[in-house]
Amino acid sequence: MRRRRWGVGVLTLVLAAACAAAEQTTAPPAFDEVLKLLAARRHGHVTFTEVQQLAMLDRPLQSSGELLYEAPDRLEKRTLRPQAQTLILEHDVLTARRGRRTHVMELRDYPQVVPFIESIRATLAGDRAALERFFRVQFDGTLAAWTLLLVPVDATLAGAVKDIRIEGERDAIRTVEIRQSDGDRSLLSIGPEVPR
Amino acid sequence: MTRPGAAGLIWALLVIIAAGIAARATYTADLSAFLPRSPSATQRLLIEQLRAGPAARLILVALEGADARTRARLSVQLARELRSDPRFIAVNNGDAASLERDREFLFRHRYLLSETVTPQRFTVAGLHAAIADSLDLLTSPEGALLKPLFTRDPTGEMLGILEALGPARGPRTTEGVWSSRDGAQALLIAQTRAAGSDTDAQQAACEAIRRAFTASLAAIPAADRRGTALLMSGPPVFAVASRALIKGEVMRLSGVSAALVALLLLSVYRSLPALLLTLVPVASGALAGVAAVALGFDAVHGITLGFGITLIGEAVDYSIYLFVQSAAHWRHSVWPTIRLGVLTSICGFAALLPSAFPGLAQLGLYSVTGLVAAALVTRFVLPGWLPRSLAIRDLSAPGERLARALQQLRRVRGALVLVPLLAGAALYVHRGTLWNRELSALNPIPAADQALDERLRAEAGAPDVRYVIVASAPERESALADAHTLGALLTPLIDQGVIGGFESPARYLPPLAVQRARQSSLPAPPELSARLQQAVAGLPVSAARLQPFLLDVERARTAPPLTSTDLEGTSLAAAVEGLLVRSAGGWAALLPVYAVASADLSASAVARVRAALARETSVHAVLLDLQGEANRLYSGYLSEAVQLAITGFCAIVLLLSVALRSFARVTRVVAPLALSVLAVAGLLVALGERLTILHVVGMLLIVAVGSNYALFFDRSAQPSQGSVPLTLASLLIANIATVLTFSVLACSRVTVLADLGSTVAPGTLLALLFSALLARPPPAPPAAAPTGAS
Repeated sequence: MRRRRWGVGVLTLVLAAACAAAEQTTAPPAFDEVLKLLAARRHGHVTFTEVQQLAMLDRPLQSSGELLYEAPDRLEKRTLRPQAQTLILEHDVLTARRGRRTHVMELRDYPQVVPFIESIRATLAGDRAALERFFRVQFDGTLAAWTLLLVPVDATLAGAVKDIRIEGERDAIRTVEIRQSDGDRSLLSIGPEVPR
Repeated sequence: MTRPGAAGLIWALLVIIAAGIAARATYTADLSAFLPRSPSATQRLLIEQLRAGPAARLILVALEGADARTRARLSVQLARELRSDPRFIAVNNGDAASLERDREFLFRHRYLLSETVTPQRFTVAGLHAAIADSLDLLTSPEGALLKPLFTRDPTGEMLGILEALGPARGPRTTEGVWSSRDGAQALLIAQTRAAGSDTDAQQAACEAIRRAFTASLAAIPAADRRGTALLMSGPPVFAVASRALIKGEVMRLSGVSAALVALLLLSVYRSLPALLLTLVPVASGALAGVAAVALGFDAVHGITLGFGITLIGEAVDYSIYLFVQSAAHWRHSVWPTIRLGVLTSICGFAALLPSAFPGLAQLGLYSVTGLVAAALVTRFVLPGWLPRSLAIRDLSAPGERLARALQQLRRVRGALVLVPLLAGAALYVHRGTLWNRELSALNPIPAADQALDERLRAEAGAPDVRYVIVASAPERESALADAHTLGALLTPLIDQGVIGGFESPARYLPPLAVQRARQSSLPAPPELSARLQQAVAGLPVSAARLQPFLLDVERARTAPPLTSTDLEGTSLAAAVEGLLVRSAGGWAALLPVYAVASADLSASAVARVRAALARETSVHAVLLDLQGEANRLYSGYLSEAVQLAITGFCAIVLLLSVALRSFARVTRVVAPLALSVLAVAGLLVALGERLTILHVVGMLLIVAVGSNYALFFDRSAQPSQGSVPLTLASLLIANIATVLTFSVLACSRVTVLADLGSTVAPGTLLALLFSALLARPPPAPPAAAPTGAS
């Protein structure tokens, strides 16, 4: 249970970072072209807002901050509001910092998460085959508005995550929505590039 | 001989008594030989830790072969078998069921276990802050963990508990059970009920694991279980293995050396009766030695018996001198020389008697008693038994050839000057790495097994506990209270990065007073309900959703306090049992402390922990560095052994001065001994050895055995003192016997025995050679001396 939920968090981070990398690139609507441009991107730094809707809460939870990506495998989700916390994925190590506490976990200890990570890395590398090893991938829409729907193949993952919907406009990813099996969902919206 | 019958009768009587004592003696092969006899307070704690501490009861089990699924099935089956075995207080294999039991326990009792449960936390402001904090967390990966628990635990006590328990150090999981990093082995950790020092019980536990493995294997189809194997490691396994190893080695080596010496003597004597008679003093000496140690100590250590082999080396010499140098000269010239030799040996070994290192003291007592007994039997019993017809081969001819060869050799004795120069140079070059001051130098466990242990430990996330805070208290409950107090002291040190973490029994079983205080922090239902209503104002959650929280708090508020019974069935029970132990003064709470990154705390970190402990005057606690303390202990033994050996050497010089009453003669006796010790030390160091306590003992043995040679040469140099060629022949035979014995010992797989052998074998050979070269030439040419057996 615990590990599966970690997986959701890691997934959010990775997808968000992928968005950071994809921001402001010029890409044709074709899926393969999008992947190719993602792979070409070496660095990304964008703002984000995230809205999480949980059945047990009266109002959605909102948070915002910055996302950073350094090719090939350093991803960072820096939440600034309402509480500062940082989540860093570097190589295979995930570090969560909140206040003075730091949690470090090695992804290889959580084999259920590995397909997610590998597939996202495959996405960033433009490797469609690797992505399709872990998800049923559906690419829809037009150049002006496209949607990428990822449905986990693995039963354990499918127990936690129903699907992941990534929406983009032409060359830019705008939102990542994760729908969980229990009906809760989170929507990550990507803002503008943070000037270097 | 006078009254041979009486002597024989007394001998027989003593043999029966000694045999009786030896038969009733306790024999051990555990750590006790290495633990100090009169320990300091810190050493006492160390000993208790080594014997009964939680680390000493941990058996690491690895299952390999077959495929991951089969290994997982085996692991589950094996864990089930072992959990029903009372020999184990805990068996962990990471299966979901037992993890779930632990989590379930922690969650159910969270309001009694959480350190954050205080009156402030349950005020309106406290609740608001805690719930707001939990809501923030919901957006993080940790929050995902919290989500299903949120309505029951909106203040996040569970997460606080898990956080306090530290990062999960556990192994990775493959197919639902713990596995090695590469997934190729399934891992289990079993904690035995018996103390680590109870080798018999540990052996039973190891066998139980093997049996359970075989039984578990039977439940798996033959096709699936191909190549499956069981690996075990950990202190209990080592204790059992080293006992078996020492026992096996002692038997094997005694047998081999006895056979070799018998073969040698048979080829020299060409007489079976003579051979059998030769063994009488040796056997008597060994028996007397064991009996004396049994009387003087609680238990006879296996290592002592191993050292006992050394007795064969020296005691056999006496009868060789008797037989070869002929009975005619026996009483008047041979025996007085042997007597002086025995006395010098006694001086040497008696120096070991006051050693704080029981292994050394046992060796001293064993050798002194054994040598005295062997010498007395040779002197008073053996001559009376010599059949008149006993004819051994006349060794005059080879003896004379030997004498001539020796004369040739004496011409180059100037070269001996090189010995101290070369040895001194070797010692000087290696002066920085001369001594091995680590206790591991005495570890009989082969390096490969130690490496396996290290790997399994790393894989299983069961780091070798090096630092432990030991809090002593008169009662169990007060020990728990101390552990709790110490926990509050140590937590800030984690935040400051001084230590990486610590364990405490009070985490799983808080002291009663603390539990009561936490219960009284919880408001009664109407009050809590009212406060909650106010607390959620402005938060995205309504009080109505948090009804399960109110119910859980009320259940905790009115629940009876936790006792160790409540822990049963969880792996936390083992933690409490292991960390809360009986000790000499009552009870002790143990708090293992971990370093931030590496396995070792820095000196400043140690100092800061000690300073924190010193500030808390209400708790009697010390930080124990197990490895450092053990090494200090051993290093102490080593310096002590060196001092004792030097004392022994001085005593020998003094004795010789009194007996020989001539500075020149004493010098001629002592010089070859000193030279051989120097040469052997230089040789060992030049070969890359680092000297251990056993090398020092070995050097003492060189002096003890070599003094006999030197004394015989000294005697030969005196006018009309028997046959020089026969003396030479007997010395050579005695020396070959000694060198054979110790060479066998040098081949031992038990390090301590091998160290001893590799020192004494070359040392005694050199002692004979140097004695021969440095001795004054006999007063008359060898051919003119009265020849042989008259």
